[in-house]
Amino acid sequence: MQDDSLTILIADDSNTDRLLLEAFVRKLGHRTITAVDGVEAIECFHRQQPDIVLLDALMPRMNGFEVAAQIRREVGDTFIPIIFLTALTEADSLAQCLEAGGDDFLTKPYNSVILKAKINAFRRMLKMHGTLQEQRDEIARYNEHLLREQDLAKRIFDKVARPGYFKANNLRFSMSPMAMFNGDILLVALQPSGNLLALLGDFTGHGLAAAVGAMPLAQTFYGMAEKGFALKDMVRELNAKLYEVLPTGVFCCACLVELDFEHHTLQAWNGGLPDLFLVHGREQRIERIPSKSLPLGVSSSDAFDPAPGMYEMEPDDRVFLRSDGIHETVNAAGDMFGEDRLEAILHRDIPMAAMFDAVMQAVNAFAEGTERTDDVSLVELVMVPKQAFQTGSDVVPLVRELQGPVDWALDYELRMDSIRSFNPLPLMLHILLEVPGLRGHAGDIYTILSELYANAVEHGVAGLDSSMKETHEGFVGYYLQKEQRLRELADAWVRFHIEYRGDDNGGCLRIVVEDSGKGFKEVPDMTMPESGGQFSGRGLPLLKTLCRSLTVLSPGNRVEAVYDWQYKQSRA
Amino acid sequence: MAINSTLSDDGKELTIHIDGRFDFSCHQDFRSAYQRDDADPSHYRIDLKGAVYLDSSALGMLLLLRDYAGGDEANVKILNPSEDVRKILRISNFQRLFTIQ
Repeated sequence: MQDDSLTILIADDSNTDRLLLEAFVRKLGHRTITAVDGVEAIECFHRQQPDIVLLDALMPRMNGFEVAAQIRREVGDTFIPIIFLTALTEADSLAQCLEAGGDDFLTKPYNSVILKAKINAFRRMLKMHGTLQEQRDEIARYNEHLLREQDLAKRIFDKVARPGYFKANNLRFSMSPMAMFNGDILLVALQPSGNLLALLGDFTGHGLAAAVGAMPLAQTFYGMAEKGFALKDMVRELNAKLYEVLPTGVFCCACLVELDFEHHTLQAWNGGLPDLFLVHGREQRIERIPSKSLPLGVSSSDAFDPAPGMYEMEPDDRVFLRSDGIHETVNAAGDMFGEDRLEAILHRDIPMAAMFDAVMQAVNAFAEGTERTDDVSLVELVMVPKQAFQTGSDVVPLVRELQGPVDWALDYELRMDSIRSFNPLPLMLHILLEVPGLRGHAGDIYTILSELYANAVEHGVAGLDSSMKETHEGFVGYYLQKEQRLRELADAWVRFHIEYRGDDNGGCLRIVVEDSGKGFKEVPDMTMPESGGQFSGRGLPLLKTLCRSLTVLSPGNRVEAVYDWQYKQSRA
Repeated sequence: MAINSTLSDDGKELTIHIDGRFDFSCHQDFRSAYQRDDADPSHYRIDLKGAVYLDSSALGMLLLLRDYAGGDEANVKILNPSEDVRKILRISNFQRLFTIQ
């Protein structure tokens, strides 16, 4: 078989021996190259690249041991079987052949059966070696590919996290350089209101899988923070984004905190991370903030709870965020660091400012002499007086926020076909949120617009009485009737009149919603009803608590809401 | 780590037993335990009596099973978690997605 025939180099200074061996080898179906001494053997080797080399040990100019050594040096990892041909029979001499780089030896006088068997054996080895080498090269290529991807993932990770306010003077953190491989990520942003937002996340995936999730996470986080969205809305949106992007089984345990330096409050949401520790210095008390929600990206249903908790803080109080790295740190005896050790450190009688280092030192000392299994992510945020807070960054988002419309009015009338099929609220909200600083109040604004519009359509245009909604049957009937009346009506309308005037400190928004209905005989009661069933339900009394003033203008088909706001905290 | 599964006599309930560490190394075994060609159970029980540890990739695997078993309509019970394992499930609030007993 052509495939099985090898090229074999035979180097022997004895003409008889060489010719004899050449004849043997050819008879076995292999090609031969011959050399009469060591130097020629090397030349032949270079020229014709044989598969197997048969070397006489003792030759003029360059002996077989030297030839073997040089061939080994030159071919490196490539497997070239070298078989010594020798008349020597003492064990020492034979051993020397192998030590010099030979793979086997063949003693003279030659025995064709043994020669054949040996060549066949080496042919098998060559084949196996070839396969191994191919696989090794393939693994090496995969590994290189993997490293490139990990490097890429790391760069993506670094890039998406980078715009953060990591130099804020009330922030300390330790994220291992290996963080990417654990899927840990820290994001820090500033709200237009001046509140500091931080997110610590721990993806279930590693490397690229985590980086894929980190991109929408960071972009949504920074985008929404900059626009002043409330924490709860951010959490909800982050969850929706990750749920959309990540495959089932990959998710992100995370906590989000918002520090309000003006009111000295903390809002915190924890979904799947270990308890946050809120250290109250004056009271020497540690408050735990446990996970109350599913992690981000697990479920889009009601099982996900985006509502943050609100906590009081005093200056110098601090909150610690961590992934599971700290308590899962294992010592040489195989014990875990655990929660108790961590809490004990925070309870120690040490200055508050020393706590962060104390924790890191304790964890490192604990893990001394072990191969770390998980790396440690720890974040400390300190409540400081507003004037003492420094971002450590040149970016001043307020300036950008102020570049919006500050003095304008808008009239917008919806006719019947629009009322039937179009929801004007997102559009109105979009216009209003172009106003500098108003984004922090998006929740209030949306509530005001939606209540006023619903009133105008249901009571004004459709002429429905909300007392219908007192019973379950009535409730269903109410909406059926609404649909029906809206279908029948021909020339009804709802008008929005919105005026805005703002300055550096805040602004005033006036919203008037008017409808083509007949209005009410009496101006409705604006106190919050104790139980359902009063004329206008809970809509208007709720608005009254949000607005500076809320007025129903006679004959009741016009409602005016005046909303004031100032640059301070954003509402939850 | 050892995973084995048993099917009830009527074929409607599949119980998966997990011993030892429940982590990423179980991925293939766990999947084979619930993706069976020979059965189409309506109820799943994950018995964690022998599980000493559970990491976040195990949480991910539980979610994959939940998806496989019908998502929000899935009927998956997690049984006998140890105190440590229960804590990990609680931190992630998995009691909202699974019945934990």
